[in-house]
Amino acid sequence: MIKSSHAKRYGSLGAIALLTMYLVVASPNPAFAMHISEGFLPLGWALGWWLVFLPFLGGGLWALQRQLKRHPESRVLLALAGAFAFVLSSLKIPSVTGSCSHPMGIALGATLFGPLVMTVLGTFVLLFQALLIAHGGLTTLGANGFAMAVVAPWVAWGTYQGLKKLTQRQGIALFAAAVLSNLVAYSLTAFQLALAFPHSDGGVVLSFAKFAALFAITQIPLAISEGLLTVLMGNWLLTYCLEELEVLQWRGGHTSHE
Amino acid sequence: MSKGQKTNWLLLGGVALLVAWPLLFVKGDFEGADAQAGELVKELSPDYTPWAEPVFEPASSEIESLLFALQAALGAGTIGFIFGGYHERRRQQRQTSTSTTSKEPLP
Repeated sequence: MIKSSHAKRYGSLGAIALLTMYLVVASPNPAFAMHISEGFLPLGWALGWWLVFLPFLGGGLWALQRQLKRHPESRVLLALAGAFAFVLSSLKIPSVTGSCSHPMGIALGATLFGPLVMTVLGTFVLLFQALLIAHGGLTTLGANGFAMAVVAPWVAWGTYQGLKKLTQRQGIALFAAAVLSNLVAYSLTAFQLALAFPHSDGGVVLSFAKFAALFAITQIPLAISEGLLTVLMGNWLLTYCLEELEVLQWRGGHTSHE
Repeated sequence: MSKGQKTNWLLLGGVALLVAWPLLFVKGDFEGADAQAGELVKELSPDYTPWAEPVFEPASSEIESLLFALQAALGAGTIGFIFGGYHERRRQQRQTSTSTTSKEPLP
């Protein structure tokens, strides 16, 4: 009895070690994707997206402060959600189109803490990448932030809430939330670029089709990968942190975990 | 192996397959999709010149991958540390609860 409980323990520890290793090993690949690069939006659009983005960032800071005040003990899970987004957005994963792109990992935190809190964490990731890796940029942070740190978490949160009520299956809801939020963020990025650079004949629509074509197919397998990894994280949370999840009211109905 | 563990391994396997498949069967240079987006911008409006430069640009792709690896390591390290802590907490809780309640026999 003792032996098999040991085996079980090492099994799950091994799984954690493996994922951690995979996350580290898979990352260094110079080609990257997804953000609108520095200076690649005309001044008007860059400013406009900043103006749209800022109220959400303000709301996010307020929500984060409230969360920490009400449930100071939830800051460990907050760090976990942030770390997950941090890791996933550093992984440039090859895709079926022969180019690379990366997931975001924003959905998990959005389902745990709500979309506003994730705006702050997502912005932090974007800022890190813009300042240190020349990935994305400060002028385009408004646009990138709006797509990846505002709309994506709201889509994730909405999908999760809706599907969980509908299907009573947390795993499915979590998977769909991650996949959809990823795809929506990319489509929105394509749309932002299309608005700024309409095609001379076909206008915004044709331009959008062209930008979306770059991302769309590349993104589908990555979105699925992100969905799977998000469910995996959810399973570990349900295994190890039930008390904390109780506080966040994350658990309810059937779960993907037995 | 419990059902939950099996699910977790299947999830990891799925991700590994999704990553390995294009590398094995797709011929491509695997460049980033935003480099391609930049090219498309030039095609759509040839007159456009980016009006801002990144504040800091890694000196080479090696340095860039170092920073990306740093980002991944920080995140993964945090995740491992937190789950490690929770793992130990659960183990201790189980140990104290086995002494009071009867535990179902493990196979």
